[in-house]
Amino acid sequence: MNTRDPYSSEAENQWCPGCPNFGIQTAVKRALRSLDLAPHQVCLVSGIGQAAKLPHYIRANVFNGLHGRALPAATGVHVANPQLKTIVTSGDGDLYGEGGNHFLHALRRNPDITVVVHNNQLYALTKGQASPTTPRGETTRLQVRGVEVDPAHMLATAVIHNCTFVARGSALDLDELADILTHAIGHRGLSLVEVVQPCITWGRHPISWYRDRLVPVPTDHDPTDRARALDLALESGDVVHVGVLFRQPERPTFAASYRTRLGDGPLAELPPIGRDVIAAQCATWGPPTTDTEASEEENG
Amino acid sequence: MIDRTVFIAGAAGEGVQTVGDVVARAFQTHGYAAFAYKEFESRIRGGRSSYRLRITETPVNAPCGTADILLAINADAGAQYRPDLHKSGWIVGSESDSGADFVIPFRSIAVEHGGEEIYANAAAAGALCAFLGLPLHPLNAALHATFDRRGAEIVAANIAVAAAGHALAETQLDSHGVSQLPYRPTRYALVNAHEAIAVSAAAVGCRFMAAYPMSPSTDIITYLTVHENLGVFTEQAEDEIAAINMALGASAAGARAMTATSGGGFALMVETVSLAGMIETPIVIVIGQRPGPATGLPTRTAQEDLLFAIRAGHGEFPRVVLAPSDPQDAIAKTRRAFDLADRYQTPVILLTDQFLADGLFSVDKSAIPDPPPSGIADPSLVASDYARYALTETGISPRLYFGQTEHPVVLDSDEHDEAGHLTEDLRFTRPAMVEKRLEKGRRLKWEMEPPETYRYDDAEVALIGWGSTRGAIAESVDRLRAAGHKAGSIHFGDLWPLPPFVFQDGIRYWTIEGNATGQLATLLTGEYGVRIEARVGRYDGLPLDAQTILKEWS
Repeated sequence: MNTRDPYSSEAENQWCPGCPNFGIQTAVKRALRSLDLAPHQVCLVSGIGQAAKLPHYIRANVFNGLHGRALPAATGVHVANPQLKTIVTSGDGDLYGEGGNHFLHALRRNPDITVVVHNNQLYALTKGQASPTTPRGETTRLQVRGVEVDPAHMLATAVIHNCTFVARGSALDLDELADILTHAIGHRGLSLVEVVQPCITWGRHPISWYRDRLVPVPTDHDPTDRARALDLALESGDVVHVGVLFRQPERPTFAASYRTRLGDGPLAELPPIGRDVIAAQCATWGPPTTDTEASEEENG
Repeated sequence: MIDRTVFIAGAAGEGVQTVGDVVARAFQTHGYAAFAYKEFESRIRGGRSSYRLRITETPVNAPCGTADILLAINADAGAQYRPDLHKSGWIVGSESDSGADFVIPFRSIAVEHGGEEIYANAAAAGALCAFLGLPLHPLNAALHATFDRRGAEIVAANIAVAAAGHALAETQLDSHGVSQLPYRPTRYALVNAHEAIAVSAAAVGCRFMAAYPMSPSTDIITYLTVHENLGVFTEQAEDEIAAINMALGASAAGARAMTATSGGGFALMVETVSLAGMIETPIVIVIGQRPGPATGLPTRTAQEDLLFAIRAGHGEFPRVVLAPSDPQDAIAKTRRAFDLADRYQTPVILLTDQFLADGLFSVDKSAIPDPPPSGIADPSLVASDYARYALTETGISPRLYFGQTEHPVVLDSDEHDEAGHLTEDLRFTRPAMVEKRLEKGRRLKWEMEPPETYRYDDAEVALIGWGSTRGAIAESVDRLRAAGHKAGSIHFGDLWPLPPFVFQDGIRYWTIEGNATGQLATLLTGEYGVRIEARVGRYDGLPLDAQTILKEWS
């Protein structure tokens, strides 16, 4: 057996030393390994930000696109080749702020992708402004009088929209996170994993503050219980539960009806549309063929 | 030479388009070249609109600004469009007090011969055919083609009412001597440019289209969605940004992919145009132009986005801009768009407009394009340490798509190294990657087709146009020649990169465009150093026609 890490990337890492993003990177790799996925069977899609650099640090297909636009790009990748495991990894500012509209519509479409949100509750790469998840009142380098708007509750939004796999993970607990990601990637349909990722440079709290507040979901939690899942998804106080919050029977995934007709292979490998089909379509632009009197006139 | 223009005028929702389409198909059946242009307001019901049908023996594919016959569907329409009527033209209406020269009571004919008022438009179509000298049987064929899917009863009622309208009109025409048009054996296809683009895209292997509805571009995705046998996956995105990013994602995963929008939607897509240039991933974008700025005139036509299309996107990267002149040209240019996007791994824009989208053109039976060869690299020929952005002499790197082989493919919107990973190596990698991308643009220039010249060899004045004005400009040249002027034209279909072309000295150059500032003139002056004597522009929202162009001549 090859003991070398098959997902090892040669790209130079640009994260701050000690960043919990390293934990997420490790957990993603572990999940891929436990699912026995080769690098070329995986497509990592991201937007912009420190979190969005993660795809470079794992050997796999990479679409590192524009800020906020990872979800539509990933949706396109998924439609073009549903055999790929398409995984979005980006930050909360990227996926919930700049890309918030796409997030909502991705939930409606339910493409078979996994969305990993690195939630550090701020914009780190631009040096510490508020993000859509920053709590009201918290001061930042830009929100100097404190954030004056309420945070977005996107995990709850996902539950409301019947996302069939909604989880909260912690970048500080690799075993649990790798386990959640393994289930998320194996799940058919859009699976959402929001990962609490303390920012060690711009964050307001030490790592220990997070450790004190993050607790596993109770062992008796029933993830099909929508009301309870919603309560867990909305938590932001002194106790925040980590684990699978919401799970529903799989529902039809995006492009399913098209795929029913054309099979599951990559669009790139489908045979070209028959010339007879195209010719028949062009024929509809021609004159009607029922003008018998005219043909008589022509012949006579 | 037959050359008749009819304006069918009425309010939105009154069936103006149905009457027009049926009569156009009837003439097509009889072997004539129909050209139709629809102008309408941005509303669902009411207002004023007209369907402008021009009948000729061979295709002109250009509008005529004045009508020989004005068919007024309601009482107001006659007065509204009377200024557009030729001095010796006729108004045909249904009310005696509408100022009509001929009164055909469409609704009472419909009730008498079809049993219901809803067949009034068949009476109008029948009468109109009689006024134009068209016998009944091609109209019957057109009614069959239009209504067969609604059942035999409805077809029979339409045919009976049309016959009654035709007969009454012939009685009234008795003393006016309209001669019967002879049958012609020619056969033209009748199609708009956006349907042509849709079918051509499917024929050349497009498999993915995402778009957000925006006039006048929506017909493309609608056509591909309705005709699912064409095999293109379509999705209505939540906005134009999502649309183009979905298409680019699909393209990165190996599918030929496109999107379509108008100027305002394209403004939203622009960041991703730059992304496509940076990650060197093919994409075809149709911009159906309409008058701006901002919302402008949503249902009207313009050529205002030429410089926008050529310049759109931050940073420097190659792109191609092609402007079809009619549906036949659109079929050819759609194939070239996918081919160039694929081979040069860069965005290609097809620049159309509302005139091309909503006009009906007569074209010779079109050759169906073959799919261009794939621009994807042969996996057996790529290096074992495959690098998506490998530096090459041509600037073009072997392109694999996600999941194609065991080689991971890395695409990055940051400046990247050959492997695709972000880099800040300013000394070597950044300049090398800039040069690599721009080298593709330099080579693209040699792929561009020169402008088409018409009666240019001995011309003393040349009218220069681009895109959809080709028919109107050619007609203007013919009319100027007939009046003894040595006129010719130069028509650009490939607008970026501009092809090599030499403007002869000693010729007066006029640009003719659907905008106010002369965008092509600006472009040509900058790129070729040619002196433009006059910039003729139409910017009222209607298409250029020969009358408007020749008015500038005097």
